[in-house]
Amino acid sequence: MKTIAAHRRIRHPLAGAAVHLGLLCVCAGYLLPFIWMVSTSLKTLHQTQEAPPRFTPHPWQPQNYVQIFRHPTFHAVLYTRNTLVIALFTVVGTTISSAIVAYGFARIDFPGRGLLFAVMLATIMIPFPVTMVSVFRLFRWMDIQTAQWLGPDNIFQMLGTFKPLWLPAWFGSAFNIFLLRQFFMTLPKELSEAARIDGCSEFAIFWRIVVPLAKPALAVVALFSFLGVWNDFLGPLVYIQRPEQYTLALGLAAFETRIGGTEWQLLMAASTLVCLPTLILFFLTQRTFIEGIATTGGK
Amino acid sequence: MTRERRRNLFKGLAFISPWIVGFLVFTAIPIGLSFYYSFCDYSLTRPSRGPLWIGSDNYNQMIHDPIFWKSLGNTMYYASMALPAGMLVSLGLALMLNTNIRGQSIYRTIIFLPSLVPTIASAMIWLWMFNPVEGLFNFLLNKAQLPTPDWLGERLAMASLAMMSVWSLGNTVVIYLAGLQDVPRELLEAAEIDGAGPWRRLISVTLPVLTPVIFFNLIMAIIGTFSILTVPYIMTQGGPDKATYFYTMFNYDEAFRFLHMGYAAALAWVQLAITLTLTGIAFWSAKKWVHYG
Repeated sequence: MKTIAAHRRIRHPLAGAAVHLGLLCVCAGYLLPFIWMVSTSLKTLHQTQEAPPRFTPHPWQPQNYVQIFRHPTFHAVLYTRNTLVIALFTVVGTTISSAIVAYGFARIDFPGRGLLFAVMLATIMIPFPVTMVSVFRLFRWMDIQTAQWLGPDNIFQMLGTFKPLWLPAWFGSAFNIFLLRQFFMTLPKELSEAARIDGCSEFAIFWRIVVPLAKPALAVVALFSFLGVWNDFLGPLVYIQRPEQYTLALGLAAFETRIGGTEWQLLMAASTLVCLPTLILFFLTQRTFIEGIATTGGK
Repeated sequence: MTRERRRNLFKGLAFISPWIVGFLVFTAIPIGLSFYYSFCDYSLTRPSRGPLWIGSDNYNQMIHDPIFWKSLGNTMYYASMALPAGMLVSLGLALMLNTNIRGQSIYRTIIFLPSLVPTIASAMIWLWMFNPVEGLFNFLLNKAQLPTPDWLGERLAMASLAMMSVWSLGNTVVIYLAGLQDVPRELLEAAEIDGAGPWRRLISVTLPVLTPVIFFNLIMAIIGTFSILTVPYIMTQGGPDKATYFYTMFNYDEAFRFLHMGYAAALAWVQLAITLTLTGIAFWSAKKWVHYG
């Protein structure tokens, strides 16, 4: 993976000024929603209803952030916990399973590999809404079957639990497999040849040699799948009904329907909190992050 | 088949078996099942009954369903604005960010940041900015003595949502920037020596080399646009008067609100067919405009 460096030099001074001006305008526009969100989150209810509105809060009301944690209908801590539980199972499952599958596609030359890999890539193009109805039915069918043998509310119960949201991640996801395969292909073949001669099993080669070398790529996969769960709205919307199981995204949506159009300062404080972890993760892992995205573009 | 190859086949299949199982259970069988359901009356409002074969009735009903055409038309209308705008803006930004100017990394970070905002949060932020009375946009327009429109009203809502989508295209910009690294510097210099100006170099050198990346981004944008749900679900609930009722919302409502599983399965199949057709057209036309170097 290469880092992205600019190489077009601008010679004409006026052209340089024009690019600066253009980028400054765009950046101002791109930052505006953030500024407005944070500024609103620090206002009093009265100030949010002011017309025309003011840019800076006066007086400042940082207590909004305390209030959002104590709100009777928005349980920030519970929703965060739920989201983190789903994220944990998803990240662990998809990273391990995608790595195993990617190893098969990258390092073992078996007949039919090209065809299966093409099928796998094609599944990236199937939108989630296309399968959501029948996958939902499938989970329901599984519940009926297991209930017959093990009684109601057994440990294999799917609907009404978080399992439908994380279980599919344990079977590899096409995007992650693709990403990891690209990385595994860059590792020298001689490493595994040598280990094979020493009598290492294929799984030992994968686990002891390839996985330790692939840590940066695995980190990218883990990072993106975490953000995927943090972002997901449609999945929880389909599978979660009980308010005590809400994820942050669902909780925020329900909060909006309940107090919509009134307490904007609280909604914006909650939105800021939802944004914060992804922004922090980005600033901590900037380089990995950008390279990971560049790789998905076929680099 | 030699022993060696047979062993490799066994090993390879063992390694990719998690994906094979997942593909069958969560993709292939559901798509097959929903094909079967799409020819069935399968209402969960009468729980004792399983799917009942009714032939192509669901598809006939669809053709005569004004909401189907409305939601499909809405999605196409949105795509006709958001796709070209997104492609142009992200490519333009990438070209600007690819120049060697001071503060470049700050510009890049700022333009990338919005794509990190969870969709639900950006829906909230924009809902608040579009607010007709206390919102930021109308405040600024008011100050400039310009008319203050109803951003999420029937006439403008779709355009507003398309405008909003331009905010979070940081990923696409990054992919373009990576693609721009592959433009051979010698080629650009040679063109310059031959007297080609910046515009000519862009059209004749940079863009042709970039076509595979443009193609990739186009496909991803088509797929993404046809699956849009969160933003209209939160911001407009499909209104006013179904003006922002997207195809995916229709599918979701039929399946999980009205529990018409058969009809919803038919809708899902039509979405799959449309996505595949559009992707197919993109692939087919790619032969004419995509250069693989």
